[in-house]
Amino acid sequence: MEIDAEYDSGSDVDSKRRAKGKNKPKPAARGKKAKADSVEESEEEEEEAPRKRKGRKKKEESEEESEEEQKGRRKKAAGSKKRAVKKDDSEEESEEEKGNKRKGGKKGASRKEKEEENNKEKKGNGKAAGKGGKDKQDDKDKKKNKGKNSSGSSSDDNSEDESMSEGEMARLKEEVEEKKKLIVTLRNKPWRMKRRLKCLKEAQAFVEKFEGALGKGKGRRLYAFKVMMTKVLMGMPYGSIARKTVPRDEQDSAMDFSVLFEFGVICYCLIWIKLLTFLQGYCKYSIMFYGYYNNQRSIGLLQFRLPLSYLLVGVGIFGYSLMVVIRTMARNANEGGDGAEEGAFTFSWKLFTSWDYLIGNPETADNKFASTTTSFKESIVDEQENLKDENIHLRRFLRVIANILILCCLGGSGYLIYYVVKRSQEFAKKDRNELTWLQKNEVEIVMSLLGLVCPPLFEVISELEEYHPRIALKWQLARIFALFLGNLYTFLFALFDEVNAKLDNEKEIKNETIWALKEYYDNYTLHHNVTENIPPPNISPADVIRGPCWETEVGIEFVKLTVSDIQVTYLTILIGDFLRAVIVRFLNYCWCWDLEAGFPSYGEFDISGNVLGLIFNQGMIWMGAFYAPGLVGINVLRLLSSMYYQCWAVMSCNVPHERVFKASRSNNFYMGLLLLVLFLSLMPVIYSIMTLPPSFDCGPFSGKDQMYDVIMETIEKDLPPFMADIFSYASNPGLIMPAVLLMVLAIYYLNAVSKAYQNSNMDLKRKMQMQRDEEKNRRNNKDSTNQVMKDLEDLLPNKSLIPPPSAEETEKPADQLSKSPKVTGKPGAAATGKGVNVKKDVSLAAANPRAPVTRPPGPRPPGPLPGIARGPLPGQGMGRGRGGPPPRR
Amino acid sequence: MLDCTFFTRKEILRLHGRYHELAPHLVPMDYTNDPDVKVPLALIVNMPELKENPFRNRIVESFSEDGKGNLSFNDFVDMFSVLSEMAPRELKAIYAFKIYDFNVDNYICKEDLEKTLNRLTKEELTPEEVILVCEKAIEEADLDGDNKLSFADFENMISRAPDFLSTFHIRI
Repeated sequence: MEIDAEYDSGSDVDSKRRAKGKNKPKPAARGKKAKADSVEESEEEEEEAPRKRKGRKKKEESEEESEEEQKGRRKKAAGSKKRAVKKDDSEEESEEEKGNKRKGGKKGASRKEKEEENNKEKKGNGKAAGKGGKDKQDDKDKKKNKGKNSSGSSSDDNSEDESMSEGEMARLKEEVEEKKKLIVTLRNKPWRMKRRLKCLKEAQAFVEKFEGALGKGKGRRLYAFKVMMTKVLMGMPYGSIARKTVPRDEQDSAMDFSVLFEFGVICYCLIWIKLLTFLQGYCKYSIMFYGYYNNQRSIGLLQFRLPLSYLLVGVGIFGYSLMVVIRTMARNANEGGDGAEEGAFTFSWKLFTSWDYLIGNPETADNKFASTTTSFKESIVDEQENLKDENIHLRRFLRVIANILILCCLGGSGYLIYYVVKRSQEFAKKDRNELTWLQKNEVEIVMSLLGLVCPPLFEVISELEEYHPRIALKWQLARIFALFLGNLYTFLFALFDEVNAKLDNEKEIKNETIWALKEYYDNYTLHHNVTENIPPPNISPADVIRGPCWETEVGIEFVKLTVSDIQVTYLTILIGDFLRAVIVRFLNYCWCWDLEAGFPSYGEFDISGNVLGLIFNQGMIWMGAFYAPGLVGINVLRLLSSMYYQCWAVMSCNVPHERVFKASRSNNFYMGLLLLVLFLSLMPVIYSIMTLPPSFDCGPFSGKDQMYDVIMETIEKDLPPFMADIFSYASNPGLIMPAVLLMVLAIYYLNAVSKAYQNSNMDLKRKMQMQRDEEKNRRNNKDSTNQVMKDLEDLLPNKSLIPPPSAEETEKPADQLSKSPKVTGKPGAAATGKGVNVKKDVSLAAANPRAPVTRPPGPRPPGPLPGIARGPLPGQGMGRGRGGPPPRR
Repeated sequence: MLDCTFFTRKEILRLHGRYHELAPHLVPMDYTNDPDVKVPLALIVNMPELKENPFRNRIVESFSEDGKGNLSFNDFVDMFSVLSEMAPRELKAIYAFKIYDFNVDNYICKEDLEKTLNRLTKEELTPEEVILVCEKAIEEADLDGDNKLSFADFENMISRAPDFLSTFHIRI
C-alpha cells in the first residue's frame, strides 16, 4: 500500500538519522523523540505535522547557520561573495560528494556530530551574533546542551567547517526531496481535505524556502517537471483499461462522428440494391478488386513495386492482426489473471461492486435494482442447485436430443449453402440477362437468412437443456459460431470448386489468346513481309479477350456477402426492433392484453450475438481483403454507420436484458474466438496464394506461375547477390528443419515452465486456504485446530509421546457423532433439508469424517459461543469447527 | 488544491460552480479568503450524480468531516476526486470501505452487509435470503475468521473484483 510505503520511508529516514547519531557519545534527546514519533506515526498521522514543523524549524536554524558559515568561509578563503546563495546543482552535487568522501575518511564523524561541531564552533566565535535575535537565543541554548555532549572532537578549522555545512546541506536536500515526494503523493492519502491542504501548504512552504537556498531555479524546474511527469503517468491509465478502449473491430468507427443515418432508411435499401447490381457492372474493374491492379514490376520514379507490395501487404495484414490479437489476449490474461479464481468472492463482489456509481437516471437505476435482485436470486439458486441434482436421466436425454437437433440444423444449413452455391454456378453459365435479381444473389440471401433464423432456433432448442444461463450462453455462442463458420467454409469450398472450373476455362482462353496473337503475327508477316518490329495488335483494351479472372470473382463474392449481410442486419433492426417497438408502444392502447409486459414486448439487445457478428465480419474482411482490397473500406463504412444506427436502435427501441451474463470475466473469450476466426480465415487465403496459379491476364501476379514468384524475382533482381545467397541458404530444408525443431523444443520448454508456475501457484493458494482455515478454526474452536492434524495424531502409534489433550479425548466421541454426513458426494446435502441453507464451501475445516452418522446434529443450545466453549457438550461439541452443518436457529 | 486531488484547475473551478449551484444563498462565489461554509447533506444528495445512488447518504457522510453529511467545499472536491477515474484503486478501496461501513466501527459486520444488500435490491429479497447472502459474503471474504470484514479483508476482496474500478466511479 502506498501509505505504508510512505510511512516506511519516513521512518527509514528517521532510522538513518538515528544510525548516524549512534556514533555520538550520547544520542540527543531529539533522536529519541524521533524514534517515538516514528512508532506513533503509523497510528496517528496527526502527530506528523507538528513533528515536521519542529524538524523544519530546527533545520531552518541550522540552515541559516550554515549559510552564514559559508559566507564566512568564503570571505576567508577568496573573498568572493558572488555565489553566496547561487550555486549550480552540479557543484552542489560535487560538494556533497566531497562531503561524503570526507565523511568516509573520518568514519566516526557523522552528520549529527558535524552539526554539533558546527554549532559549537558558532558559539565559540560568536559569529552568528548578527543574526535574528530570538531564534539565535534558542539556538544557543540548544547548542549549549549539545556542545557539552560532544566537546572533544571539534577544534579544527575551515576544512572541518566546510564538510559540516555540506553534510547539513545534503540532509536538507534529502528533506526537501522527501517533502516533494509528499506533495506528489499527497493526493493518494486518505486524509481529510483540510489536513491534506495543511500538509501541502507546509510542504510547499518548506520546499519553496529551501529550494531557493539549495537547488535554485534548476531544482524548481526539475520539480515542476516531476510533478508534470506524475500527472502524465497518472493520466496514462485513463483509457488503457480494456473496457474503456474501443474494441479493435470498432476502432475505425469510433473515430468518426459525422455520420447521420436516420434519414431515408428506405432510400438506403434501394441504394444497396442498386449497388449490388452495380457491383456486377462497373465496380468489377475498379480499384476495389484484385483485377484492377496490373503486373508492372515497378511504377513511377520511386520504383514502387506494386505486385510485391500487394503480396506483402496481403500477408502482412495477417501477421499484424495475429500479433495484435495475441498481444491483447496476453494483456487481458495478465490483468484478469491474478489467480483470482472465479466464484471465490461471488457474493461479496456482487454486494460491493454491483452498483454502478455512474447511474444517474431513474429508469436505469430501476433496471439496475431489478437486475441486481435477480442476480442475487440467481446466485442463491445456484448455490441451492449445487446441492440437488434430481432426475438427471431425463435431463441428459433432453440434452442429447437438443444436441442432435442442433447438429441437424448445422448440417442442413451447410447443405443448403452448398446446394445454393452449386445452383448459382449453374445460373452463372446462363446468360446474365435472363436471370432475376433473386437468382443472381441467391447465395448471399440464403446465407444471411440462415444467420438470421438459426440463432433464435438454437435458443429455443437450448431451452430443453436447462443449463445454467452462463453455461447456456456459452453453448449458444459456440453453436452460432459453428453455424457461421460452417456456412463460411461450405461457401468457400463451393467457391473453390468454381475457381477450379474457372482455371480450366482460363486455360482455354489463354490458348485462344495465344492462338489469336500468333495468327495475327502470321498474318502480319504474310502481308508486310517483315519479321521483326511487328507492332502489337491494334485492339482497344475493352475488346481484348479476357480470362475470367477468378480472383476478382472471389472478391466479388465476398463483397456481395458483406453487403447482403449489412442489409440483413439493418433490416432486422428496422423491422425486428423498431417496428416491433412502435407496434408494441402504440397498439398497446387498443389491445386485449398488455403488449409491453406480455408476449411481444420490446426487443432485447443481444450483446454476445452482436459481438459475435462483429467477429465474423472481421473474419470476412480477413478472408476477402486479399482479393478485394476495397472490402476494407466498405467495412469501415459499415461499422461506422452500424455503430450509430445500432446505438440509436438500442436507445430508442430496446430494453436491457433482464440479466446480463457475461460469457467470461475477461474479454479473452471473445478474443479467443477472434483468434480462431483469424486462423481459419487465414488458411484458405494462404492456401490459395501458395497453390493456385494466378490468372494469366489480370491482377498484379499475371503471367507468373505462382504468386510468391514475385518475391523470388525481387530477391534475384533488386537485392544484392549475397542476399540472394543468404535467402537460398535460409530456405534450405537443412536449415529450416532445425529451426522448426528448435521452436518445438522452445514451446515444450515454455509449456513445462508455465506448468511448473501453475503448480506452485496452486500450492500457494492451497497454503493460503489452509492458513485461513486454521485461523478460523483457532477462533472457533481453540483446542482442536485441524481435523487432519488430529487424525494424524490419532494414527500415531504411541500417543503418550504427545502431551495428552484431555479435553479433546473426552470430546472425541461426541464430536464424531455430530459430524455431518458427508460421505455422499454432495456436502451437506442430506443434513440440511432447508432450501436456503446452503453450504458450498464445507471444506472450511477440511473435515473428513470416518465414522458413520448415527444421529442428526442436535440443535445448538443457547450456550456459550463455540469460540469460547471448551466444555464437552455431547451432541454439539465441535461440530462447527469441523465443518459440519452449523446448527441453525 | 491542485496537488491534493486528481482534478485540473478547470475541473475544480467547475466543481466550485456546481457547489455554488447547490446552495446559492450559502456559498459565496469567491473563495479567496476561504470562508467556512458547509452545505448540508440534504442538498448534496439531490445532485443528479448522487440522486439515484442507494448509498448516497453514506457517501456524503463518509466524506464529510463531521460525519453528519455537511460538506465544506474541500470535502466536496475530495469526494469527487476520490470517485474520479484517476484515483488509484487503493484510495478508492479505503473510501468504499468507509461507505459500506454503515455503523462506522471500522468493520463491516453483518448489519452493514444487510443494509447494503437491502439498499441494493430495494428490499426485495426475503429475510432468509438476505441472511444467507450476508453469511456467504462474510464466509468468502473474511480471512481472519472474526465474522466481520476488516479493512484488510475488504481490500483483499475488492482488489480482485474485476468491476470495482469501473463501477466505483462518478463522472462529474
